Amino acid sequence: MKRFLSFVKKEFHHIFRDTRSLIIIFGIPVAEILIFGFAINTDLKDAHIAILDHSKDATTQRLTNKILSSDYFILDSYLQSEKEIEAIFKQGKVKEVIIFEPNFGKNFEKQGKASIQLILDASEPNTASMLNGYTSNIINEFVLQENQLNLNNIGIKPTVRMFYNPDLKSVFMFVPGTMAIILLLISALMTSITITREKELGTMEVLLGSPLKPSHIILGKVVPYLLLSLGNVITILGLSYFVFGLPVRGSLSLLIFECLLFILLSLSLGILISTVSKTMQQAMLISMIGLMMPSMLLSGFIFPVENMPDILYYISFLMPPRWFIEIVKAIMIKGNGIMFVWKETLIILGMTLFFILMSVKKFKIRLE
Amino acid sequence: MRTILFLLQKEFRQIRRNKTILPIIFVLPIIQLLILVHATTFEIKDLNICVVDLDMSNTSQRLIHKLEGSSFFNITSTSFSFKDAERQLAANKADMIVYIPQHFSQNLFKEKQANIQLIPSAINSNVATLAFSYASKVILDFNKNIITELAASFQPTPMKTIDTQSRFWYNSELNYKWYMFPGIMVILITMIGIFLSGLNLVREKEIGTSEQLNVTPIKKHQFIIAKLLPFLIIGLFELLLATLLGKLVYNVPFEGNFWVLVGFTFVYLLVVLGIGLFISTLANTQQQMMFVAFFVVIVFILLSGIFTPTESMPIWVQKFNLINPISYFMKVVRMVMLKGSGFKNLIFEFTALVVYAVSILSLATLQYRKTN
Repeated sequence: MKRFLSFVKKEFHHIFRDTRSLIIIFGIPVAEILIFGFAINTDLKDAHIAILDHSKDATTQRLTNKILSSDYFILDSYLQSEKEIEAIFKQGKVKEVIIFEPNFGKNFEKQGKASIQLILDASEPNTASMLNGYTSNIINEFVLQENQLNLNNIGIKPTVRMFYNPDLKSVFMFVPGTMAIILLLISALMTSITITREKELGTMEVLLGSPLKPSHIILGKVVPYLLLSLGNVITILGLSYFVFGLPVRGSLSLLIFECLLFILLSLSLGILISTVSKTMQQAMLISMIGLMMPSMLLSGFIFPVENMPDILYYISFLMPPRWFIEIVKAIMIKGNGIMFVWKETLIILGMTLFFILMSVKKFKIRLE
Repeated sequence: MRTILFLLQKEFRQIRRNKTILPIIFVLPIIQLLILVHATTFEIKDLNICVVDLDMSNTSQRLIHKLEGSSFFNITSTSFSFKDAERQLAANKADMIVYIPQHFSQNLFKEKQANIQLIPSAINSNVATLAFSYASKVILDFNKNIITELAASFQPTPMKTIDTQSRFWYNSELNYKWYMFPGIMVILITMIGIFLSGLNLVREKEIGTSEQLNVTPIKKHQFIIAKLLPFLIIGLFELLLATLLGKLVYNVPFEGNFWVLVGFTFVYLLVVLGIGLFISTLANTQQQMMFVAFFVVIVFILLSGIFTPTESMPIWVQKFNLINPISYFMKVVRMVMLKGSGFKNLIFEFTALVVYAVSILSLATLQYRKTN
């Protein structure tokens, strides 16, 4: 037991001597949460538009003012002809051109019908469809106003209640994913690197020749990262609670239990990767590209899995972080208890056992 | 000059012998471009709705039909109890509740005003906002019909209308993949430029062979050029591969001049190679290199406008993006490929990237000389 503890101490020394990695490990979640919390949003405002007004009468003026008085649009310039549209789009700033037909006011008042063309730069499809929606809504409002029918007085009013997240904080979505990524990073990536490093530098042979049992070596390498991961989880939860007001509506102890379970899963993955890698570069690239990248993209962290093509949807079932993120969201945001998450918990448990068995099988005592 | 050629020969041989890097150069791009472009989508479809209709009138039924007819929504269940609907949200069986209260149609026709509650599960705030705005649009369209029906009964003259026609240029089907494909391409080229080259440099440091190289007559700048040039070539090759794939698999248009894109990629690769070199001087082990590079790349990529446009970001982010090379390149690639922007539209971006390349490469070389 004393041998084991001194081995663990050695591992801790190794970790803490590498200040750069430590800073990054605690810095990544902080940076990610801050970026996601403040910078990434799909709300549109201050979109630059241009207007091509063939009529220039009172009606177009009224409608133009109405459009520009909203927060969504900023007038970039008035165009003189259709030929200028392509050039202004190519310049990149203007996203929409509004074209009023000639005699717009006359057509609207006397004949009861006038035309507007909206030309949208659809190289950013979401922006284009949102701009289209906003502009069309304002035009519709204008029509009702001109007909002296006030939309606010007649009709159906849809009100919205954003369930679980009344202030629409995007951080609700990203914190569970960030936790999963950082746990994978520490527990899988770093564990696989530290074991493989000893192999590559030749010190593994020395360790195996010592009285330490191989299982103790692996365990001793893994324990520091378990504690490091737990520390990171607490940092993430603390940061999101104090800075963003993200609550933990469910049971905190259930959350910690699930985190521990996922840490175990990542650790066993790390060990598995180290058994199949001969060099650190291999371990790193497998962890990064085989594990972290698919995890970030196919686990539902940023992009909802439901909208992906079927085959990717089914692949996401194999991604451990996907289940972990579901569980964390359910516990933290919905306040669900064990009754709702037992299925996902069992899946993670099963995966962990699978990885541990595979590692045990592949771990060679003699280095070839 | 001959020294550089010999060193290049050594580098290419090592790359060829390295069984992990080779698949990364050839297989990874293909996988990334094939899979990731499909996965990185913010498109919304097939949202599950649970309808709680306490009115059960002709009007409410018409409204529900209209919602069902939209391609965004699937009415997966109806219920008479709000608690039941809530449970559906909790179990992820429904993404949104549409709550039509009692006396809905009575209120609408007598008092001229009626309420509907839309309750999306807002864990994913983007999805929730889009779901609400689409549902609102359907409801407001329905509302317009109702108003027209109501107004016809007391408006003697016909309504004045505006006929709005929308044209979507450059991407008429709003194909989100055409938007994401250049983005993934940029990530690919960035990763090759920073990770592969940087790891290559640090590996020599870590296993000790760079010290040995230091005592040879090889000058430092020759060493650096030989280390970076292979990845410059590989990066340009990836550009070619990616463009072909994009054309073949996704039919991504290439409206602009290919050589303009090549020119920009060349300068951009110089920038990222410089960044990789700089980070490698700060790292002593490959693990450190990996982490620092990962951190830098993640921050730069997220803020570069790959998923959401930079114009919607707060001002401090937009200022930061002035020193974010990825934001420039992302813009350039999308504009050249999808819109056919020419060199004269992009002079600012080109100058910025050139200045960046010169500064980062000089800085990195100086730093390399100092620490070696």
